[in-house]
Parts: sequence; C-alpha cells; structure tokens
Amino acid sequence: MKVTVKYFAVCHEMLDRSEEEMQLPEGATVQTILKRLEEEWPEIAEFYEVMQMSVNWEYATEKTELTEGDEVALIPPVTGGSDV
Amino acid sequence: MFKITTDVITGAEVREAVVAQDAGAVVLFFGTVRNNTAGRPTKYLEYEAYPPMAEKKMAEIADEISDKWGIHRVAMIHRVGKLEIGEVSVAVAVASPHRKDGFEACQYAMNRLKQIVPIWKREVWADGDAEWVKPDAVFFEELPERT
Repeated sequence: MKVTVKYFAVCHEMLDRSEEEMQLPEGATVQTILKRLEEEWPEIAEFYEVMQMSVNWEYATEKTELTEGDEVALIPPVTGGSDV
Repeated sequence: MFKITTDVITGAEVREAVVAQDAGAVVLFFGTVRNNTAGRPTKYLEYEAYPPMAEKKMAEIADEISDKWGIHRVAMIHRVGKLEIGEVSVAVAVASPHRKDGFEACQYAMNRLKQIVPIWKREVWADGDAEWVKPDAVFFEELPERT
C-alpha cells in the first residue's frame, strides 16, 4: 500500500524534506514508518519519546494500523501560540 | 472560524465570527511576538503549521468549551510564516452571555491550543542563531499516554 508521510519543524529540517510517499507492506503500522526512518536518521529515536504521530489528522500510536492512501505525520512537540 | 493564515491578524476576523445577540461579552486574546526569550534578544519568529489538522484540533477545543461552559461561539486564528516583533501570531475570540465564563474559556482555549494544535515556532535570535522552540516541562506531563 502507498501512504503519504509528512514532516514538520525539526523533522522537516533533519530529513530535509516535508513529505514523501512510502510503499508499505500490508499490515503495516505507524511503527513500520518509524523503523524505516530510523535507518536513515538514527538520532530520530531520541525524539520518539516526545514526538507524536498522526494518521489522517488524528493523533495515533505506533500500533495504529495503516491503510492505502492514509496521510501520516510526525508531530514534534507543538509550540504554537505565545508564551503568556 | 478555525483558521491557519499567512495574512496579518487584526482581530476583526475572529470578533466578527463570534458576535451574537445573546452575548454580553466578547473576550479577545492576542498572542504577540516578544522581543526576547528569557532575556535573550529575538530577531523574529517563524511559525509552521499542519493546517488541516490544526484547524480540526481548534474545532475540537471549541467542542470542549461547549461541553464545559455551554459556550458555542469560539473562533481561533493562527498565523504562520515569518513574524516580526510585536506582530500578532494568534487570536482567540469567545462570545458568552457573561464575562467570567468568557475569560475562563478563552484562557482554556489558549492552553489547549499550545498542547494539541500542531503548530511550531522557530526562534531566530538577534545574534544570528536559530532553533525550533521546545515546549516547557509542563507540556510533557500533559502528553497523552503513549502505547
């Protein structure tokens, strides 16, 4: 199956791209994507503790199962708004 | 109205989105770009968002406010891109029958926005360095359980 993976903020910077299409085996989960990214960017594992993932605009976990056409995103700790 | 924009935020857009005949109060909050963080001078800020998810999460915050206070008129707008010192990064408007609930709901909206709405801030310091801002420790305590 094919999914779109989006990268924001520090992830965008570290991976040097904002999104890509990934071909995944049937039964793949968010974890499958994280493992694949870890091969390219080992330091990403340090971020996993604080990073969240989303699938189709909803927060997800590593165990969330994926289906064809899903939009997955790596969500670094959010810092919107203002410091007040 | 729940919106990510590259345009200048005036506040009129969120106020007009919430005004109602039965509202005795409109609480309006602006977040603005400060010229320093913990004393270190800031040159400007850059905001990035995941717009469709950010707008969805803003709408969910409004639903939470509706459940908690029975207030149904909430609007939020957040700007992205490069913002200069003093510019408005975010505006929240809440219309309510009475001001007490409105103030509380507006505060709640901002707190939640900083927890669950996917928006990121990059601080460009006056000395030329730049970094993605990390949230404070409170954020980590309030992260949803991970499995």
